[in-house]
This record gives sequence, C-alpha cells and structure tokens, in this order.
Amino acid sequence: MSLRTPLGQVLGQGSAKDGTGHFWGQRVSGMALLVLGLWFAYSMATIPGFSHSEALAFIAPPLNAVLLLLLVASLGYHSNLGVQVVIEDYVHGHATKLVSLILSRFAHTFLAVAAAYGIIKIGLGA
Amino acid sequence: MSNNGRPLSPHLSIYSWPITMTTSILHRATGLGLSVGFIVLAAWLLDAAVGAEAYSAMVSYLDTTVGRVLLVGWSFAFFFHLANGVRHFVWDVGRGFEIRQANASAWFVMILAVVSTAGFWWVRT
Repeated sequence: MSLRTPLGQVLGQGSAKDGTGHFWGQRVSGMALLVLGLWFAYSMATIPGFSHSEALAFIAPPLNAVLLLLLVASLGYHSNLGVQVVIEDYVHGHATKLVSLILSRFAHTFLAVAAAYGIIKIGLGA
Repeated sequence: MSNNGRPLSPHLSIYSWPITMTTSILHRATGLGLSVGFIVLAAWLLDAAVGAEAYSAMVSYLDTTVGRVLLVGWSFAFFFHLANGVRHFVWDVGRGFEIRQANASAWFVMILAVVSTAGFWWVRT
C-alpha cells in the first residue's frame, strides 16, 4: 500500500518535484571520473618528471589537453555535488547553509575555469 | 522507570563497530579530501600556464615533507573513493546488500586502495 496519491505515483515526483537529478549527476560524473581518473593516475605515475618543461610536454598534446579538460569539468561538477550534500548535512541555519552552498558553487566554478584556462593556454602554445 | 535489569540495545559494551561504517565514513572523508586536492590540481595546471617561476614556486610547496604526506594522502583518497564508488554502483543496481557481501566488499575496497596506493608510488619512485 502506498500513501502517495495516484497523481503523485503517475508523475513519480516527490514533494520537491526533483531530486533524482542530483543522484544521476553524481553517478554519471562518477562513471566519467572512473575512466578519466584512472588515466590521470596512470599519467601521474609515469610522467618523466615534474619540471616546468616536463609538465608542459604532458599537458600540451591535443589528446592529453582534451582529457584534462574533461577531467577538470567532471571533477568540478562531481565535487560540487558531493560538497553540496556535506553542507546540507552539517551546516544548519537557513542563511548559513544557503551562503555556504553558493560559495561552494562559486569556488568549484572558479577552480574548473582556472584549470581549463591553464590547459587551453598551454594546449594552444601561448 | 524500571526495566528489571534487561539489557539496553544497542549498548556500548556490546556494540561492535562494523567495517561498513568505516568505509562509509571514509567515502565522505576521502571525497572531501579530493575536493581540496582539486584546488592543488587547478593550481598546478594554471601555474604551468602562467610561467616557469610561478610553476616552480607551486611545485616547491609540494616538494616538502608536508607536501609529500599530502600527496600520498590524496593518492590513497583517490583510489579508495574510486574503488568504493564502484561498490556504490553495484549497490545502485540492487546487488551486494547482504551483510556478508557488504562486509566482504568493504574489506576488498580497503585492501585494494592500500595496494593501489603502494603500487602507484612504487611506479612513481
């Protein structure tokens, strides 16, 4: 027996009208990071060294630059969703919670854009 | 209120900490740690683009004892979060929920994370 109304069952929505979006976003970006993360870990294990020229030689090739862009995009998105849940769980008080969520999103966007700018600048050889 | 000496449940003296609790807490802790690591990754990529001076300054922070400990920590956090994330995918399709399965997968993930971290640094150094 369900306590939900017939209309509610048909629409498949909770009182907030969404919620599965966050779940799916976390899972799908997690799948992307499974692949991109393993590639990045492999690259960091086998990169010859961490001098400036060696770093540039790793970042600049088109395939590496594209994979790095995908990595920072998925990572920023996935991390934002994760930190969002932690804030929702532990930060109490409506105003503090809202401000924390907004700051977290700004910080994640900033990091992803800053990283992407670096990758593109190196990739284009500037 | 009298309870005639009957045991309270669950009581601290008989409570046994489940391994699945450890992996659950570690999943969130490593996730947060990796979010902090994202700052370092972004700084590495941006400083590499800015120039040799900014880059060396950034890398010199990581080439310290504290920096190395953090890097080992991030590598463990990465492998643990990744392996336990796959464990979550298995749960998402409705499998592995039996207590014995969950305990076994928890130990598997813990061991895999430690071995992967050791393997990563063995290849790296």
